[in-house]
Amino acid sequence: MILLRLFYEFFKVGLFAIGGGMATIPFLYDLAGRVSWFTASELTDMIAVSESTPGPIGINMATYCGFTVAGIPGAIIATVGLVTPSVIIIIVIAKLLAKFRNSAVDSVFYGLRPASVGLIAAAGVEVMKVSLLDLTNGLDDFWAIFNWKPIILAVFIFAAMKLLEKHKLHPLVYIAFSAVIGVIFKFAS
Amino acid sequence: MKELWELFYTFAIIGVSTFGGGAAMLPILQREIVEKRGWATQDELTDYYAIGQCTPGIIAVNTATFIGHKRKGVAGGIVSTFGMVFPSLVIITVIAAFLRGFADSETVKNAFAGIRACVCILILNAVVKLWKSAVVDKPGIVIFTLAFIISVFTDISVIFVVLAAGLAGYVIKRMKGGAKK
Repeated sequence: MILLRLFYEFFKVGLFAIGGGMATIPFLYDLAGRVSWFTASELTDMIAVSESTPGPIGINMATYCGFTVAGIPGAIIATVGLVTPSVIIIIVIAKLLAKFRNSAVDSVFYGLRPASVGLIAAAGVEVMKVSLLDLTNGLDDFWAIFNWKPIILAVFIFAAMKLLEKHKLHPLVYIAFSAVIGVIFKFAS
Repeated sequence: MKELWELFYTFAIIGVSTFGGGAAMLPILQREIVEKRGWATQDELTDYYAIGQCTPGIIAVNTATFIGHKRKGVAGGIVSTFGMVFPSLVIITVIAAFLRGFADSETVKNAFAGIRACVCILILNAVVKLWKSAVVDKPGIVIFTLAFIISVFTDISVIFVVLAAGLAGYVIKRMKGGAKK
C-alpha cells in the first residue's frame, strides 16, 4: 500500500529533520536513493519549485514529492505524515510548559530568547547570502560578488519601510512590489 | 467553532504569505499574530522559535501548533497546522499537475529574485523587533552575539546552542537571585 508507505517515510522525515524545512533536504535525497519514487534530479526540480512558490519550503517539498508518487492523495498523505510528529511533540511540550511554568523555567527562557533571536538573525544572513551575493564565480573579482540589482532594491525597500513606518503596510505589499520590480528589471539574468 | 475557523484562515493567510523558510515567515507572524490579533507576544514568538529550532519538524508547523494550542487546545493546534499547509497543498498540486516548467520560467525566476531581496529586509526588520523585546541586558547581548557567530561561522548544531543558552540563562538568573539575598 503505497499511501501507507508514503505516510511512514514522511513521518520519519518529520521526526528526524530538526531545524526547519532546509533540514529535510538531505533526508529527501536519501529517500530518492532508497526508494525509486523519484530521482535525485527530479528532486532538484522539486526544490526549485518549493523555493519559488508561497508556503514553507518543507511543506511544499513534501506536497510535491507526495504528488509525484501518488497524485492528490499522495500529496495530502505525505504532508500529513511530515507534520504529524511536530504536532504531537509540540502539543506535549505546550502542555508541559503550561503545567510546569515556574521561575526555573523562566530563567531558562531568559537565556533562550536572545539565542533564538541570534539564530534567526543568522538565518537572515543565509538568506542575504543567497539573494544579494553571487558566490558562484569565486572571490577573485571582488565587485562581481555583489548582485547589484537586488541590493539596490533591498536598500530601497529598507528606506521605504522607514519612511512609511506610520502606515504599517502589510509585508505582502512590499513582496508584491519587489516581484514586479524583479520582473521589469530582469533580476535573475 | 468560529474560533477554530479563524485559526484556520489566519494560518492559511500566513502560509500563503511565506516566501522561504521559517525565518521568512517571522515578519508575517508578527504582523498577523502579534500586532493585528494579539494572540501572542513578541517574547512568546521568540520562545516558540527557540523550541521550534531544536525540536523535530518544520518551524512553521511548530509555531502554528503552539499558537493554535494556546488558543484552542489540541484541536486548535491541529486546525492551525492544517491552515498553514493548506495553501501549499493547493498551489503545489496545481503546479505539479499542470505547470511542470514553472520554476524554469524567466518571469518566475525574475519575480523571485526580487522577492528574495525584499524578504532579506523583512527578516532584518523582524529581527530588530524581536531584539527589542528579547535582548534586554548585557548577558542577553553576549548570548545573542555568541549564538549568531556560532550559527554563521561554525557547524555546531543549533540544538547545542539552544541547550547552552538555556543553561546559561538558568545559571545567570540563579547568580543574580543569590546576589540579592
